[in-house]
Amino acid sequence: MRFVNLTLAGVASGSIYAAVALALVLIWRSTRIVNFAQGGMMMVTTFVAYTVGQHGGSYWLALAAALGAGAVLGALAELLVRPVEGGPPLNAVIVTLGLLVFLQAVAGMIFGGTPRSYSPAFSIGGYLIGDTRLLFSPADLFTLLAVVTVTVALAVLFRRTATGLRMRAAAFAPEVARLLGVRVSRTLTLGWALAAVVGALAGVLVAPSIFVGPNTFDAMLVFGFTAAVIGGLDSPSGAVVGGLLLGLALSYVSGYAGSDVVTLGALVVLVVVLMIRPAGLFARRGGRRV
Amino acid sequence: MLDVEGLQTRYGAVRALDGVDLSVRSGSITAVLGANGAGKTTLLRTVGGLVRPRAGTVRLAGRDVSGWRPEDLVPLGLGHVPEGRGIVTELTVEENLRLGGLWRRDRRGMRRGLEEVYGLFPPLASRRTQAAETLSGGERQMLALGRALLGRPTLLLLDEPSLGLAPRVAAQIMGVLRRLRDDTGLTVVLVEQNARSALSIADHGVVLSLGRVVADEPADVLAADERLRHAYLGF
Amino acid sequence: MPILRLTLLRHLGWAVAGLVGLYLLTSNVEPYRDLQIATIAYTAIAAAGLTLLTGTSGQISLGQGAFMAVGAYTTAVLLEHRPEWPLGLVVLLSTVAAAVVGALVGAAAARLRGPYLAGATLAFAVGLPALADYRGLRHVLGGANGLVVAQPPPPLSLGETFPLERWQSWIAGCCLVITLFLLANLQRSRMGRNMRAVRDDEIAAALSGVDVARTQVLAFVVSATCGGLAGALLAVVNGLAAPGAFPLALSLSLLTAVILGGLGSLAGAVYGATVLVLVPGWLNNLAESLGVARNVYANLPLALYGVVLVVVMIGFPHGLQGGVRRVARWLRPDGSARSRDGNASRADVTRVTTVPGTESDSVLRGGPDGD
Repeated sequence: MRFVNLTLAGVASGSIYAAVALALVLIWRSTRIVNFAQGGMMMVTTFVAYTVGQHGGSYWLALAAALGAGAVLGALAELLVRPVEGGPPLNAVIVTLGLLVFLQAVAGMIFGGTPRSYSPAFSIGGYLIGDTRLLFSPADLFTLLAVVTVTVALAVLFRRTATGLRMRAAAFAPEVARLLGVRVSRTLTLGWALAAVVGALAGVLVAPSIFVGPNTFDAMLVFGFTAAVIGGLDSPSGAVVGGLLLGLALSYVSGYAGSDVVTLGALVVLVVVLMIRPAGLFARRGGRRV
Repeated sequence: MLDVEGLQTRYGAVRALDGVDLSVRSGSITAVLGANGAGKTTLLRTVGGLVRPRAGTVRLAGRDVSGWRPEDLVPLGLGHVPEGRGIVTELTVEENLRLGGLWRRDRRGMRRGLEEVYGLFPPLASRRTQAAETLSGGERQMLALGRALLGRPTLLLLDEPSLGLAPRVAAQIMGVLRRLRDDTGLTVVLVEQNARSALSIADHGVVLSLGRVVADEPADVLAADERLRHAYLGF
Repeated sequence: MPILRLTLLRHLGWAVAGLVGLYLLTSNVEPYRDLQIATIAYTAIAAAGLTLLTGTSGQISLGQGAFMAVGAYTTAVLLEHRPEWPLGLVVLLSTVAAAVVGALVGAAAARLRGPYLAGATLAFAVGLPALADYRGLRHVLGGANGLVVAQPPPPLSLGETFPLERWQSWIAGCCLVITLFLLANLQRSRMGRNMRAVRDDEIAAALSGVDVARTQVLAFVVSATCGGLAGALLAVVNGLAAPGAFPLALSLSLLTAVILGGLGSLAGAVYGATVLVLVPGWLNNLAESLGVARNVYANLPLALYGVVLVVVMIGFPHGLQGGVRRVARWLRPDGSARSRDGNASRADVTRVTTVPGTESDSVLRGGPDGD
């Protein structure tokens, strides 16, 4: 029974990691940059939602505000990162880290260091089956459904729309795409904005359990990055699978070894995957051409 | 259609193009020839906007487009099949083709365009949902050409289309280019190592050497000039 | 390691000058300043190690704070359970402990590059300090409140009224001078050249016979050792080792210091550390006089670091140290490309951080590139 509970909890948290991983993969695919500021961006958009909620907005209004803020923040971040796109990876890493530090500091200035609580839309009490209470609540179900919906929506966007085709082409072969009239920089901005929106969703979904503070989303970056690496930074479907696998793994770690070592557990998983199969489970053959 | 004056392009200290003058008449096929490193690809890349020229002007249908970026040239009717073809292997054949026509934002036109390209290149039709990766060299060239055509260009730049292709296949491609010129009045500028094959369909030939134009003649005159052929074209 | 005797003597000269300067400086200021000097000293040690790892060896590490934690906690635990051991031994053991962890991390990291390495070291930095609060280790490591460190008093031979802070600044300052001496020699030695070779072109280095993995791991070990030493000193100077002292922000601040000073530059590491320690104090004073809210000025340094990281990376890929050199070269147009103080030459720094297109050092970058 414990195992079932841990599994369910793992799926719930895994869907969050999957969303963060998706955001990271979207950005990696379009600009070959790991967005280390992802956790910080999620934190800012969640604070936006929090503020809306504090001023009387409903959960849904707050969520919408977070998504909108995400789009804007993502577009601005891409602008910031543009000078270092295509250069040595160190430069982009440092720029995104700088953004992270800055966002955390600004949040600290406005809201202070004490994490705030965030009310979920649905009950966090586990479902009752007969006499046993599951470690899976209506809130968790909503999270899972939201992430699945977003994943499907993204898949449809990429596979079936002209915009998605442009984005994929710009990601795989930017120079060729330009020769065909694709405005690559615009698609890059769109990619970042989209990624930030997905991240914003994940942030609001996870806020009730981790509380909203300048530093509470640091671990999300670690988990999202690990999940993305598991699936392969190039693969959105890998990100989702990676997220779920990581969620399960960490749930078992938390259940059997204690919740304090969960982040270290993620580190171990990350190192193991990078040692064994650095390109991820869903690695595709062949490098990237220009 | 295309006028190039005093074009200079540098890579660091290297003068890849050292003052090139060139005029291409509408509805003609011009072959750009010369040895390796003569500047042929650089000429195409500069005209096509991938590289900014150091000096000189490029005019497309009378309009000065010097230094314009490639994505801004496409709506003016420029098509460019780059060196190596530029097939996006992660996409399917049809997705690659669609990519060429996206800028027009015309769904019906896209469908018609696709049908035309499939008619022109039947092997592509039978492979439309396959990953572009699985295509042979000749099929890839067809795909690259078809993709460029979906953009309905008035001027088409092609960089070494027969590279790596069996002679029969290369001849097929050349035949298609000639038909396009005859039927639709497409202007073609074609860079080729294989001078003989290029001159067989071209109306006009330009020979580059060390970044400069050393000959600019009608194709038959060029083909007949033995001294020139030996010196620069290898036959 | 065979190095030019001239270089060794020159470094020795700098070391002696440093020690003399340290004595003069610390003896003539109040104890409060001595505390700052001590803090700058151990921060500079950590920064120096990081600049070697990320600058000279080209491995992005976001985990320096975690190595400091290892050093700090080892010191705290040893001083608590073995109070009779001399401070020197305790600090040495803490440094060794950090070196061991560094070897492990380095071995795991040797195969990672770029953002993967950054991500893995980030996970390390976020995850390790949490260990202190782990159920099983809480009683040993003091949990979230940390361990109080008994601060060894100055020896009696210095007199009864000798301030503790000055003693600590002497210890930290000496450690800094020794560390810089050793690192400078390392940078100029064959191993240092190997590190730069691997950083610039791994395949070429391997083909030339350099053991790439060993070079990478060694860089990690050295950097971790510096971090551990810095952490040990931190514990002694602050009297406390707690998880809250080692957040991710610490590692990122050290990175900022290194970027500011110029990747690979030891002198830059010292400048950067100085800025890192003094700026919060200045901002505090400024904010108090302006009556700004605590939240704001407490976070202002971090906000500044974030801006610095972004601006410097985009505008000055060579760090301010490099910026100073550029100005100097502009003023003296015959100046050579190699620096004179034995630190990473400008050429080295160019390789790691040049954004393509900002500098066309085509000879160093292996020939003209197509546009």
